[in-house]
Amino acid sequence: MNRGIRRVGTGILVLFLAIVGQLTYLQVFRSNDLKNNPNNVRAFIRDINRPRGPIITADGAIVADSKPTKGELKQQREYPLGSLFSHVVGYQSIVYGTTGVERTYNNSLVGSDVQLSLKNLGQLLNGQSRVGTVVLTLSKAAQQAAHDGLAGKRGSVVALNVKTGGVVAMYSEPSFDPNPLANHNSNNVQKVQQALLAAPDNPELPRAWRERYPAGSTFKVVTTSLALDDGIATPDRVFPTLRELPLPQTNNTLQNFGGEICGGTLEQSFTVSCNTTFGALGLELGEQLASGVERFGLNVAPPPADISPSVIRSLGPTRGTFKDNQPVFAQAAIGQNAIEVTPLEMAMIAASVGNGGKMMVPHVVSEVRDAQNRTVRRIPPQVWRQAMTPATATTVTRFMVNVVDHGTGTAAQIPGVVVAGKTGTAQVQGKAPHAWFVAFAPAANPQYAVAVLVENGGNLGSDATGGRVAAPIAAQVLRVLLAQQPQ
Amino acid sequence: MRTPTLARHRRNVEITLGLLTIIVTVGGYVLVALAKNSTLPPDLYLLLAAVVGLYVLAHLTIRRFAPAADGTLLPLAALLNGIGFVTIARLDRNLARIQSVWVAVGVAAFIATLVLVRDSRMVERYRYTFALLGILCLLLPLVPGVGQQINGARLWVRFGALNFQPGEAAKVLLVIFFAAYLVDKRELLSSGSVRVAGMYFPALRHLGPLMLAWGFSIIVMVQEKDLGSSLLFFAVFSAMLYMATNRGVYLLGGLVLFVIGAVIAYHLFTHVQVRVTTWINPWPKARGEGYQITQSWFAFGTGGVAGTGLGLGSPDKIPNAATDFIFSAIGEELGLVGTMAIVLSYVLLVGSAFRVAVDSVRNFSKLFAAGLATIFGIQTLIIMGGVTRLIPLTGITLPFVSYGGSSLVANFVLLALLLRISHETVAGPPPPRVRA
Repeated sequence: MNRGIRRVGTGILVLFLAIVGQLTYLQVFRSNDLKNNPNNVRAFIRDINRPRGPIITADGAIVADSKPTKGELKQQREYPLGSLFSHVVGYQSIVYGTTGVERTYNNSLVGSDVQLSLKNLGQLLNGQSRVGTVVLTLSKAAQQAAHDGLAGKRGSVVALNVKTGGVVAMYSEPSFDPNPLANHNSNNVQKVQQALLAAPDNPELPRAWRERYPAGSTFKVVTTSLALDDGIATPDRVFPTLRELPLPQTNNTLQNFGGEICGGTLEQSFTVSCNTTFGALGLELGEQLASGVERFGLNVAPPPADISPSVIRSLGPTRGTFKDNQPVFAQAAIGQNAIEVTPLEMAMIAASVGNGGKMMVPHVVSEVRDAQNRTVRRIPPQVWRQAMTPATATTVTRFMVNVVDHGTGTAAQIPGVVVAGKTGTAQVQGKAPHAWFVAFAPAANPQYAVAVLVENGGNLGSDATGGRVAAPIAAQVLRVLLAQQPQ
Repeated sequence: MRTPTLARHRRNVEITLGLLTIIVTVGGYVLVALAKNSTLPPDLYLLLAAVVGLYVLAHLTIRRFAPAADGTLLPLAALLNGIGFVTIARLDRNLARIQSVWVAVGVAAFIATLVLVRDSRMVERYRYTFALLGILCLLLPLVPGVGQQINGARLWVRFGALNFQPGEAAKVLLVIFFAAYLVDKRELLSSGSVRVAGMYFPALRHLGPLMLAWGFSIIVMVQEKDLGSSLLFFAVFSAMLYMATNRGVYLLGGLVLFVIGAVIAYHLFTHVQVRVTTWINPWPKARGEGYQITQSWFAFGTGGVAGTGLGLGSPDKIPNAATDFIFSAIGEELGLVGTMAIVLSYVLLVGSAFRVAVDSVRNFSKLFAAGLATIFGIQTLIIMGGVTRLIPLTGITLPFVSYGGSSLVANFVLLALLLRISHETVAGPPPPRVRA
């Protein structure tokens, strides 16, 4: 019998080898893949029980912090500033997971990213906190100014550090309070979420980077840069003085704002935002407009920003369509029709003019610190694309200074500071126009750029213009930013 | 080595290894409490006393009643049982409280078996009684009023407040019968008297009782929807037939019968079809029928090599984590290191059991021990393969580790019988008692 027993015994031991193989496959080779499977909630559950570091603004205000609780889940996330930062910073919900900076910088917050782990090897044993502090590029003061400037009007304010691409303010109205969503009672969380979905104007939508609008005349910054860089026009080129521009392939015309008659040099046309001049430029640029907008980040994959949910793509006229759709190009040149941009994209365009044509990748976090407040990681400035030549940037800056000095944007003037800006009043079918203003300052040594969008004219309705509604908000935010110590 | 020297050596090994298993068990228990509440468990000393007490009691019983028995079987079983208890305590303190009572009952059954069964020939003698008892045990859950249906399987019996699975007892009883019967008939079964297609087959009347008991147990288990046990019986009896006769035709025949049975079961029962489809691809139904197995995979994957640490994972996400899926819970919190330790413990346990069978002199003891070793091995393979999705999942306990009283008590009885046989191999059977 021994032979049979030995064989069966050997057979069983060999089958155990198959178990060993399968375990190795699951626990070594498939480990990461299984950890990150969307149906696997283990990592999230682990994180929600762990101590979690705070998220603070550039000027030191606490946006998110965790408090130990006596409940089943050991940590309660709190957002002392409520709706002010909720789009950017997001929340940690037991029902919907994490969003925003809470999501993008999760590993830093729980102390499990590589830099923190290496720095914390010593603390691991003596039981000190290992969590990281995430420092935003946004400041509370600027964010508050953006919030106060909008004063409840639907819209968005985005302010950028011109040199680094750091987002210093990014507020969209309406917003929402993240605290009820971070509640540990999942029924309550679901009710709050349902109410937010049913609320008018979709408060959870981060308009600044997830909604596209016609850019209106602020887009003339792009049209002008392309015309200068492509040798279509010089600042001194004179355009005819017109009430309206006849459009090819149609009986329609392109009219000036309020039926005005304007024209003159390119520089004069920019200052008074003369549509007929830029419509004519758009037709002259033709296909070059379609290819040129890509240099400004339209029609291409959005920038690799540390923003969640990710930035959506901004749109312009598509290549190869000029031959059959010439009126579209005339309208696109003044920021209508095919032009659909996010407020963040317009802020990046303004910033690129102030930065010698270099467009930076935007980012909302400046650095990660450990529990001892030592910096363990910095988010470095990163050039995304070259939108225009430095010479053109200088010329366009001069144009934009004119706008604020004696053109359509005088409401953006700041005593003692030279502001460069451009107004926009984007027509919307059947509704009041969107009011836009993009700017940067100081013009001689640009530090901050800002884009303001107020949907459907805000409280002025159809009487609204970018100069009246949006420009004062931009000035207010720039004033607050320039009053702060440069970071 | 002379018998007394060997016996002393084996017992010293047993108590030394026992000390290590106690350290692992109590240490694991402390770690779970530290991870959960950052304080030492309030019942630490009670647990320590119970673990030390039970182990020493079992050890002393072996010293007294089977002093020459193998010295590694008890520590291995104790280690598995300890890790199992820690995992259960981590999952559900109430279950752990019940399980601690069952561990005590299991050790009591272990001691009782060693004390009462002084001679393995005793069990051999009552083969038909045991066969009858085994079949009765299998039938009991089907009796209206007594039987209980839990999780879709009707394999429970309720007496007062106590639920238990008589199928676990049937497992031991039927293996005894098979071993005794096969040893009796092995000449007839291995020579073969009927020639069919160039191969010799044993006459049907010799196979009759065997096929009857076998078929009966399988039909009953299919009726009770206990696929795991039915697979276990099939495999163990085929293996025992093969080991008794050394004839591969039985292994082949068992395999053919199994395939036929599996195909029939697949077409007859929707719950079998569900098991197979979720085995082939559970992902489309990861939130439905495939939830359990995908959660099990997540547990293993999340554990990785080192594990999340005791008390720091979420093994409670897997339904039935304390019973069928306890191996996945261990995989999550102790990682590959932990699962390899468990697999290694089983390899050693099963290997030692086969060693007992090979060393044994008497045919019945040999086949009986081999049968018990095969039960441990196959049962472990079925559930480990099931929860890692190597084979379709069939619910069955992981011996000594899973939560569950009947299974634990039955396994402790199996262990005692193995130790009895091991002791007899060295010391010989006790002299017949002289009646006064």
